[in-house]
Amino acid sequence: MKVRVLLSLILLCAGLAAPSARAGDAVPAAPAACELPPYLLTTDSQLHKVADTVKAGKPLEILVIGSRSTTIPAQEDSSYPARMQAILKDKLPPAEIVHVSVEIQSKKTAEEAAGTFVKLMEAKTPTLVIWQTGTVDAIRSIDPDDFRGAVTEGVAALQNAGADVVLMNLQYSPRTETMISAPPYLDNMRVVAQEHDIPLFDRFAIMRQWNDQGQFDLFSPSHGPELAKKVHDCLGRALAQFVIDAAHLGPGQQQN
Amino acid sequence: MTIADQVTGSTIAGTAEAKPAGAKPRIVAPAITLPAIGERELRLDLFRGLALWLIFIDHLPPNLLTWFTIRNYGFSDATEIFIFISGYTAAFVYGRAMLENGFLIATARILRRVWQIYVAHVFLFTIFLAEISYVATSFENPLYTEEMGIMDFLKQPDITIVQALLLRFRPVNMDVLPLYIVLMLALPLILWSMKRRPDVTLALSALLYAATWEFDLYFSAYPNGFWAFNPLAWQLLFVFGAWCALGGARRMSRILASPVTMWISIAYIVAAFYVTLTWYVPQLSHFMPKRLEQWMYPIDKTDLDVLRFTHFLALAALTVRFLPREWPGLKSPWLRPLILCGQHSLEIFCLGVFLAFAGHFILAEVSGGSAMHALISLSGILIMWGVAWVISWYKRVADKSGTKTKAAAGNADLAGGG
Repeated sequence: MKVRVLLSLILLCAGLAAPSARAGDAVPAAPAACELPPYLLTTDSQLHKVADTVKAGKPLEILVIGSRSTTIPAQEDSSYPARMQAILKDKLPPAEIVHVSVEIQSKKTAEEAAGTFVKLMEAKTPTLVIWQTGTVDAIRSIDPDDFRGAVTEGVAALQNAGADVVLMNLQYSPRTETMISAPPYLDNMRVVAQEHDIPLFDRFAIMRQWNDQGQFDLFSPSHGPELAKKVHDCLGRALAQFVIDAAHLGPGQQQN
Repeated sequence: MTIADQVTGSTIAGTAEAKPAGAKPRIVAPAITLPAIGERELRLDLFRGLALWLIFIDHLPPNLLTWFTIRNYGFSDATEIFIFISGYTAAFVYGRAMLENGFLIATARILRRVWQIYVAHVFLFTIFLAEISYVATSFENPLYTEEMGIMDFLKQPDITIVQALLLRFRPVNMDVLPLYIVLMLALPLILWSMKRRPDVTLALSALLYAATWEFDLYFSAYPNGFWAFNPLAWQLLFVFGAWCALGGARRMSRILASPVTMWISIAYIVAAFYVTLTWYVPQLSHFMPKRLEQWMYPIDKTDLDVLRFTHFLALAALTVRFLPREWPGLKSPWLRPLILCGQHSLEIFCLGVFLAFAGHFILAEVSGGSAMHALISLSGILIMWGVAWVISWYKRVADKSGTKTKAAAGNADLAGGG
């Protein structure tokens, strides 16, 4: 009991201290709502191919493989892949050509999606693939071990096709929290990312941060697209920043 | 919790002596001891009450209070406490029944308890259905069109509801009771075997646990996947609780009292705390050896990861050491609410799940915000306390006016409801 109380106090202190270490170096023009603590946007893993491509001045081809939460219904231009493209164009040297394409695997589990990767990568040859997955698996409560196996296979297929890979996990969805169990899928994606030394864009933690800090009310049953547009704008910015950092594109390559 | 030297007990042999007219001769295993009737182990109630509160808070969306739940400080969480104490009290209550009334009657009483738990589960499922149906029709946030796929099961109520009655369709947060039902169903067998060979029973349980990991055994669920708490793995904790209740704790008292155990436990808990800290402060993970991480993760809750089990053991060992049975604080009015809740675990558990649903609903439909959140958490706990108090009061009154026959040993709630 004593130990527990002591530990609680220590952690509480740590918890209180953490938010004070806020990021001052986010995207300069970003709205205040997009602000995130830097640890959510840093990764130890690197995107070598992206770095080489940009340094060589070749066009940067990015493929986002996602699901319905990759887009906003009837608002394609405001979805996070489109926003990321805009921000990357803005931040990379003007001569750099950035093109983001989107592949929606609607209602497909990680396993079903991974099965299409070989063909997909033959058709397109992106430098970077951002694979967003997990939601469908969580909804259907797929066995987490099977899920991990499927993500591992998918990542291997993408890497074999010669692309850098970023994994992106589930959305934070407070209203369906009592119905969809996200943690096993979040944990397993983290494990796969660690094993393959690839960056994991922690969309879940990021959105939760925004919700907890009051930047966005994700509980809102809103019927309009406004909230979705703002969240996707911030996600696009965060993702662009994340890619730039993971590729170690220093100020030399960035246009600030 | 379990303990050892402090558990005063009479051996089975002693019980038999006290009731010489007690029917057929039984095989008597002197290793088994039961605590004396009427002496309530308040520490069990206290920690079960605590587990119930923590489960309630963990079922709400994360908020400030969530930081006080033990899952943030190590590998194990309230579920381990709950299952262990359930095993302990169930063995305590029904083990005595089995000794005094025989296998058949004890089994009948256990089955009656299983039925109660099953009905409670179905009741919670009904509430879940009501909630999800409401959310399905009122929620149209374009950000979450994908997540609304969870409502697809409403399109086939014929299959879904039948599967739910078969315990195969279990919504999030409703996993503990089905686990409990399966464990209780196995209880007659566990007790029967434990009466003869407690250590062999525990060894068999550990073997089943190992086999579960080795051969990847699981209970399948509907529409696919598996049970979120695998009973084949979690039974280890339950059987271990039963083993402790039937004298194992007393025999372990030497080990528990040793400073070596204490320091190993402390070292392990501190290490686990540090690992947990790296989840929240990722900068720290630079100091984590990659190989260790690869060996350690994922820490599986479904199959009761060994790291979780040992973390619970370490916590239990320290608790037993630093919180003696006679600790005066157990009688203090401040801990009374926890103990009261722990004494009516099934009712309060169900109430907690219901309150978590309701709290979620209020947050979603009325207003969010951390003030509201804190208010909901606190009022939930107050309601749990209030209801536990009413149940206690009613039981007292009913017992007074009712027959005395079912007093002491007869009541499952005596030891916290099994």
